[in-house]
Amino acid sequence: MSESADLVVVGAGPAGMAAAATALDGGLRVVLIDSGAAPGGQFWRHPPLSAREAVPTADLHHGLSTYRALCATLSAHEGTGRLTLLLNHHVWTTAREEDGFAVHAMDRGRAPEERAVVLRAPALLVATGAYDRQLPFPGWDLPGVLTAGGLQSLLKGGGVVAGSRVVLGGTGPFLLPVAAALAARGAKVVAVCEAAAPSAWLRHPAALLRNPAKWAEGARYAGTLARHRVPVRTRTAIVGAEGEGRVAVVRTAALDAAGRPLPGTERRIEADTVGVGWGFVPQLDLLLPLGCDLADAGDGTMAAAVDDGQRTTVPGLYTAGETCGVGGAALAVSEGRVAAVSVLTDLSAPARPGTRRPAAERRAVARHRAFARAMAQAHPLPPAWPAWLTDDTPVCRCEEVTAGAVRAARADDAAADHRQVKQLTRAGMGWCQGRMCGPAVHCLVSARDQPYAPTERLIATPVTLGALADSGEPTTDPS
Amino acid sequence: MKVVVVGAGIVGAACAFHAAAAGLDVTVLDRGPVGAGTTSRGEGNILLSDKEPGPELELARLSRDLWDEAAEELGPETVEFETKGGLVVASTPDALGALHAFAARQAAAGVRTEAVERVGELEPHVAPGLPGGVHYPQDAQVQPVLAAAGLLRAAVRHGARTHTGEAVAAVTGTDGRIAGVRTADGTVLPADAVVNAAGTWGGEVGRRLGAPVGILPRRGFVLVTEPLPPMIRHKVYSADYVANVASSDEGLETSCVVEGTRAGTILIGASRERVGFDTSMNPAVVARLAAQACRLFPFLRGVHLIRAYRGFRPYCPDHLPVIGPDPRVPGVLHACGHEGAGIGLAPGTGALVTAQLLGRPWRGADPAAHTGLLPDRFLTTGGVPK
Amino acid sequence: MTAVTAFTVDGEPLPFVPGQTLAAALVASGRVAWRTTRGGQRPRGIFCGIGVCYDCLVTVDGTGGQRACLVQARAGMAVTTGEGDDE
Repeated sequence: MSESADLVVVGAGPAGMAAAATALDGGLRVVLIDSGAAPGGQFWRHPPLSAREAVPTADLHHGLSTYRALCATLSAHEGTGRLTLLLNHHVWTTAREEDGFAVHAMDRGRAPEERAVVLRAPALLVATGAYDRQLPFPGWDLPGVLTAGGLQSLLKGGGVVAGSRVVLGGTGPFLLPVAAALAARGAKVVAVCEAAAPSAWLRHPAALLRNPAKWAEGARYAGTLARHRVPVRTRTAIVGAEGEGRVAVVRTAALDAAGRPLPGTERRIEADTVGVGWGFVPQLDLLLPLGCDLADAGDGTMAAAVDDGQRTTVPGLYTAGETCGVGGAALAVSEGRVAAVSVLTDLSAPARPGTRRPAAERRAVARHRAFARAMAQAHPLPPAWPAWLTDDTPVCRCEEVTAGAVRAARADDAAADHRQVKQLTRAGMGWCQGRMCGPAVHCLVSARDQPYAPTERLIATPVTLGALADSGEPTTDPS
Repeated sequence: MKVVVVGAGIVGAACAFHAAAAGLDVTVLDRGPVGAGTTSRGEGNILLSDKEPGPELELARLSRDLWDEAAEELGPETVEFETKGGLVVASTPDALGALHAFAARQAAAGVRTEAVERVGELEPHVAPGLPGGVHYPQDAQVQPVLAAAGLLRAAVRHGARTHTGEAVAAVTGTDGRIAGVRTADGTVLPADAVVNAAGTWGGEVGRRLGAPVGILPRRGFVLVTEPLPPMIRHKVYSADYVANVASSDEGLETSCVVEGTRAGTILIGASRERVGFDTSMNPAVVARLAAQACRLFPFLRGVHLIRAYRGFRPYCPDHLPVIGPDPRVPGVLHACGHEGAGIGLAPGTGALVTAQLLGRPWRGADPAAHTGLLPDRFLTTGGVPK
Repeated sequence: MTAVTAFTVDGEPLPFVPGQTLAAALVASGRVAWRTTRGGQRPRGIFCGIGVCYDCLVTVDGTGGQRACLVQARAGMAVTTGEGDDE
């Protein structure tokens, strides 16, 4: 299948939904494409429409009124025929063409079948979000250890609580809604281990005070946690997990200022489930091969560089949301709207009332960005986190490359970045292509304070060679 | 003798390995880490099968023996050295006839070849109905970055040093002979000889040293599948690959090359495009490579592509590497332009360059036997490029 | 939540709620691992839950390499888990 439009939006999370809605209101023909079974992305992850009654999840969400309004706008435009919404479609690559961009996807609506789809448009907006940043620890590959986002996605997408006694760890405000949701659905959350110091937020009061909605959201989670008697331990980290076939015991320790476990503070906590997250990594897989510049996001990662209209450095290519630096759903919605206004302007679409309020949205973006930056500074990766690794701790889960092997590549072959380590040790060469281990390997070999830039991945999601073969033009090649 | 090798790819590492083993004072200069350029973008081919009789095949035969020696010294496991053999298959009786004629000429030049009637006996998963092929037992494979890193480490054990920096200019004495290399930060590395082993950037490095050579990039994509249990035993390719390697056509050429790796992934090549240093993704190339691989090995239809990478093969207009002293700047030697054969030709190149530096044969490399690769072929007798 | 239908896992029926992914149904049944690694034979199952880590791979109706966390369960699907290899 091949289809063309004025704008292709990849990712139907908060940023992509908002961008598509604004562009549609402005009169454009839009294709909105997402790998999920329902619009919403990770933040507003929902079961498919047909299963909403069987799997109720409304109580787990925040900001649902915005979500519902965006859904209503999108379905109205499906009615007018200007929106093509493609769910269960996985984009495997994008390419620049003379008149814009070609987006190559596989329709997996009836997995494992794959059907090639190509979408073409003069403008492309990538809103692919982010995923949990992981730091390995001994036992992190035991069954029952999940990412914090993984626990949340099971809850929001399938109504499933992954375990009965849960310890959460890592850093960042995202741990709190996960803890609250698990507790609300009957799991015993034994501890939330936050590596940052409790006073850290106080260093940036202005950014926090300008975002009262964030206070309210935080207060709601705090209330839920208090009601369920969930202890939040700051300056504490999960430093190990033990068990036979499934995690049974979690080891936690208090951290010194550098993040090194303090001797004598280790505790052993019985748990069958662990959720870990150290902030997020922007999902840049579709942006990097197109050649767009990156910028330091301030949280130890590189993100797409954009101007104040969400334009990347590649003409016709826009991005919004976590790809520009992690900052949450409200920011993503504002950025999506700003990006769509830029697309409308750049394509010289006739102005329509109500679709262009860029000044207000840009102020909202600036306010949310300031808040995100303050949050990132309050929740840094503890610089000494590698102290809790043993030489035999797997760092790359796919190829089972240990911390010792990564350190040896640095010592013996002077490897100074994760790409070089990959070539020498296979860390990052397996199924996940370094999406899980990349940030950790980066920390282990690169200079301190150098943000993580992911390796370029020309293939954004695995596709079968058969489906690829069928997607190409017929050749007369006799082999 | 002080030697600066510019380039820490497989060729530079092999030059340093041999020169240091011969007792020369070697410094390897590169702006990046070991094997980060074209070395990291290839499959690790050590091939005789794709080379027609001539100067490149002679170097390849020497190099094949030296790979055995090098793997022995480095540890074959540490560089994933596999003497797996190659299997070239023809898809039509006509192509098979041409392949047999080609193989007969190679055999006359000293290559071991074995006609194969039933390719399915060597490769159980190959497509049924192929008329036949030729087995090349000497073809081998190595993991290129591990090999470059291993050779460089061995060179350091023999006394070589490494220096991170970018070569910007030659320092020459009053006699016009090279006296050193200046790097981007102003450091001067003193040298009696400078080896240009900068691969795809060899043309630019040659220019900076006052001895320009015409090295151009030829883009290629390689596809990597999910890891699988062993399914493909040899390096298997279609007979048209040989024609494409030697082709000077401007446009896109793809010919099917499929092989397994120690890690379980299957590598699929090879495309050839002359598009300069254009890094953009070309989905049509990927689709065409996938289609060709699936025709050769039908089971691949259900196997996932998980990665693709592209690199730039450094090639000379006559598709032969340029190896040896440049008469325009005494002390400058070129060792680049290996196109897609740099991994296989690296130890032979390193030994040949070392022999040229020493002025006598080294490890089976006799400068007098490889004159067809000298830079002179691009120059008039007055030293002006032809 | 009532289970109304089922797919099979290594031949055994597993009930699921329509709309759930294969991984959600497996986790709901108490399983958090269903595969072992090629090298160390280490158990793997649900980890990232959003299609990024590839820990949760299963074979669906004969096609390997399917991320259980992304594939919507359908009645009658034949899921096989990888014991001892990577599929």
